[in-house]
Amino acid sequence: MTESQFHRVAERERPSLTLYLDGQAIEARRGDTVLTALLLARHVIRESEFGDGPRAGFCLMGACQDCWVFLDAGGRIRACTTMAEEGLRLVSKVSVP
Amino acid sequence: MTEGGSLRVLIVGAGPAGVRAAETLLKHGVKPTVVDEAPRHGGQIYRQQPDGFKRPPRTLYGFEAHKATRLHQAFDSLKERIDYRPNTLVWNLWRNVAHVAGPKGTDEIPFDALVLATGAMDRIIPLPGWTLPGVYSLAGSQVALKYQGCAIGQKVVFCGTGPLLYLVAYQYKHAGAEVVAVCDTARLSHAAYLMPGLLAGGSTIFKGMWYAAWLKLHGVKVLNGVTPLRFEGTDRVNALRLITGRGGEKTLACDAVGHGYTLKPETQLADLAGVNFGFDTMTRLWLPAIDEYGRSTVEGVYLAGDGASIAGADAAELRGELAALALLKDHGMAVPNARMVALMRKLGRLSRFREALDRLFPVPATDVHAINDEVVVCRCEAITAGEIRHAAHELDAGEVNRVKALTRAGMGRCQARLCGANIAELVAHARAVPLEAVGRLRGQAPIKPLPIALTRKADALWALNRPDEPWSG
Amino acid sequence: MERLETEVIIVGGGIVGCSTALHLRQRGVPVILLEQGQTGAAASGVNFGGVRRNGRALEELAIAARSLEVWRSMPHLLGSDCEYMVTGHLKLARSEADMVALARHAEAQAPFGFKVEMLSRNALLARFPYFGPKVLGAAWCESDGQANPRLVGPAFARAARAAGAIIREHSRVSTVARDGERFLVVCGDDREHHVEVRGRTLINAAGAWANQIAASFGEQAVMEAWSPQMVVTEPFPYFLKPALGVVGGDVYLRQIPRGNFIFGGGYGDATLASGRATVMPKETLGSCELAVQLIPRVAEATVIRVWSGFEGITQDHLPVFGPSLTTPGLTHAFGFSGHGFALSPGVGSIVAELATTGATDVPLGPLSIGRFAKESAETPGR
Repeated sequence: MTESQFHRVAERERPSLTLYLDGQAIEARRGDTVLTALLLARHVIRESEFGDGPRAGFCLMGACQDCWVFLDAGGRIRACTTMAEEGLRLVSKVSVP
Repeated sequence: MTEGGSLRVLIVGAGPAGVRAAETLLKHGVKPTVVDEAPRHGGQIYRQQPDGFKRPPRTLYGFEAHKATRLHQAFDSLKERIDYRPNTLVWNLWRNVAHVAGPKGTDEIPFDALVLATGAMDRIIPLPGWTLPGVYSLAGSQVALKYQGCAIGQKVVFCGTGPLLYLVAYQYKHAGAEVVAVCDTARLSHAAYLMPGLLAGGSTIFKGMWYAAWLKLHGVKVLNGVTPLRFEGTDRVNALRLITGRGGEKTLACDAVGHGYTLKPETQLADLAGVNFGFDTMTRLWLPAIDEYGRSTVEGVYLAGDGASIAGADAAELRGELAALALLKDHGMAVPNARMVALMRKLGRLSRFREALDRLFPVPATDVHAINDEVVVCRCEAITAGEIRHAAHELDAGEVNRVKALTRAGMGRCQARLCGANIAELVAHARAVPLEAVGRLRGQAPIKPLPIALTRKADALWALNRPDEPWSG
Repeated sequence: MERLETEVIIVGGGIVGCSTALHLRQRGVPVILLEQGQTGAAASGVNFGGVRRNGRALEELAIAARSLEVWRSMPHLLGSDCEYMVTGHLKLARSEADMVALARHAEAQAPFGFKVEMLSRNALLARFPYFGPKVLGAAWCESDGQANPRLVGPAFARAARAAGAIIREHSRVSTVARDGERFLVVCGDDREHHVEVRGRTLINAAGAWANQIAASFGEQAVMEAWSPQMVVTEPFPYFLKPALGVVGGDVYLRQIPRGNFIFGGGYGDATLASGRATVMPKETLGSCELAVQLIPRVAEATVIRVWSGFEGITQDHLPVFGPSLTTPGLTHAFGFSGHGFALSPGVGSIVAELATTGATDVPLGPLSIGRFAKESAETPGR
């Protein structure tokens, strides 16, 4: 589950930042979307709620709504249209009452 | 005659059509509001990279770099003089008020006239394995490169049909990514026969031919007339299995696929605005009914660009301007008729080109009839072809909204953007009726998911005047 | 033009009409059902999905009990459970006055043979630790549940058809009248697509449109068509098992095992004449806020769809159910006022019983259309 899916082919020289998925640091660059940051580090971003396997986004333009991830602070974001920010904390599962 | 200054016009979308519409209105003294989901103007085709990225327009937009730059500059020069709201979604329309959600929460924008320039997204035909990580939409693959400087994988296959297939493959190869193959369902065998129409688009067709030739020259397999069978892999894609144009089966090893069958309009807001739709036999899609200027069947609602019907970026610029002129004229303002005539003439030429392109790259929409029952068609709700067929057949659902009600297909977070046309194909095929006889999925708000947390930031509890109900749950 | 003869004509293909058709066929009675759109697609298909007795009017509880038998038998009866689940139902209090009202009603419900338990805020939180500070307590009914409204009407329609009922969809009734000893119901306006149906018995199950039929026989309910405003979110990890309502009824909320929160409250401003019931964005936002006040974690979800439909809401929020007072052979079953989903399967069973035996042990007197006789003369329904 740790192989990268995306590969940088350009724009490598940008300030770096760190976000976290389940507490694990993920290095990214300013201007990366959350989805880009995640997919440069791994190839799965969530499991389908309905048991039909892993997902890693699809349309990359905010239309298909496949690439949502939970925020540690509550709520969720669409990873392909949300910019990565220093210290952003994501979780793959949330606890419920 | 209406005073231009008091006319409230809302433009949704800041791509080629929206920008030219805004420019035209401003030129005539009307200051529009422009709402756009993206952080920067340009739309999808001329999408701008984030701040701090350094690639020049030539790298990003290729042959179209000058057009992209002109469009960006046009909007840059006017955006301070209008009400421009980037990062903002119109999530619902209610009479003459647009309900928006943006960085500051939810808000309302009342308008007298509405220009919908909502653009397009990939048209997708599901295959076994299409939900696997590593399979992306074709235009999305281009977004990864253009907007993020990333390739979707290390060994990439592009699969589907349409001119974009060749362009994206070229851009990937040019950027140094390994492109395993371009797999086009179109045979392109009648290109010569379509040449008069194709030439109506000016040099565009030669650019396309140049990309294809360049790809072959650089060792990229270009396969035409293919039938894609499935994406293979367990937790990520590792191959595309297909039937070649000659009839043999072939497996192409890869770790990513860009997959798409031309584009389809984003018509959700047009639907919420209540405009009539008509069935388009060429694309097998329901499209908003508009006149040649972009007027919809609802007074005050105009459509422009690929959000109305797919005609490409050049046409979108012209259609944006034309719709704005029609809007001004309808509101009693003097507009240059000669310019409208000239725009119509150019659009006529482009539409001949588009028609030839559509014939050159026909969408194999009916391929979905053959998919196995196990294939997920609605990826939001994980509803399979078998469940849809069961509803159409055993549950006697002959209409797509009924199929949706019974199965949840098309009921998920993408509002059936990806699966709507495919559900209709499956239902029509299962019942052996014409596609248009199974109806059209009704659009419902919000057109994209609306975070409840966002609604609470700006809206204190609305003064709800709800009746007291003694026996309600 | 087409002429049809039958024993029982049902106007309206909601759950009431379709369940009636099925239950009549089980008794061997010939039946033709006429539906203006698709079966189960109006109020029957777009409602909240509550299957409860908690907080229900005493006048409806015998119907609810009968209906519960039908709900429980659905896998056998319809070949589908329609996602009916016994999850319990909490009617929540947000003020001390609400608590008093809940306790009073719980007491009144006590003789009807199902358990309703009053929970203080602490007792509530001990069992269901997710309520916001505005919730002060609840009436808890463990035997209540919920189901998927989109499935129920069509499932009854299929079962009724399979049992021999004739169900005509897209058949809008233009005229109803007595024709000697029989009823004559005409569908369609133009001669060519005109259908005439004659039958001995007529069931008015036309929901929000039913007053037009009643009026043809010289009686009316005081009823308006309201459009409830519904919301559903993306799936969120499942934790909210019971369905929720509140005293006053301005919001209701449930979560299904797939994860979606389904909630609603308030009404739009559409009228029957305007055609389609639409959703007012302000009501959507208001419902979001009210739902979050009940369960703060709902704020973490995202709305993916809103919808509405028409409900016939009577002046006293009770249904019109029972024989016509002007016309022998005519039975009314409509006006369930936004809380008929739970009752409708059972209503069909009772109507079938009435139509074939002329009697039922379910007391329907208080629901008679006659109760509007005075008011309807003064205030015609919308």
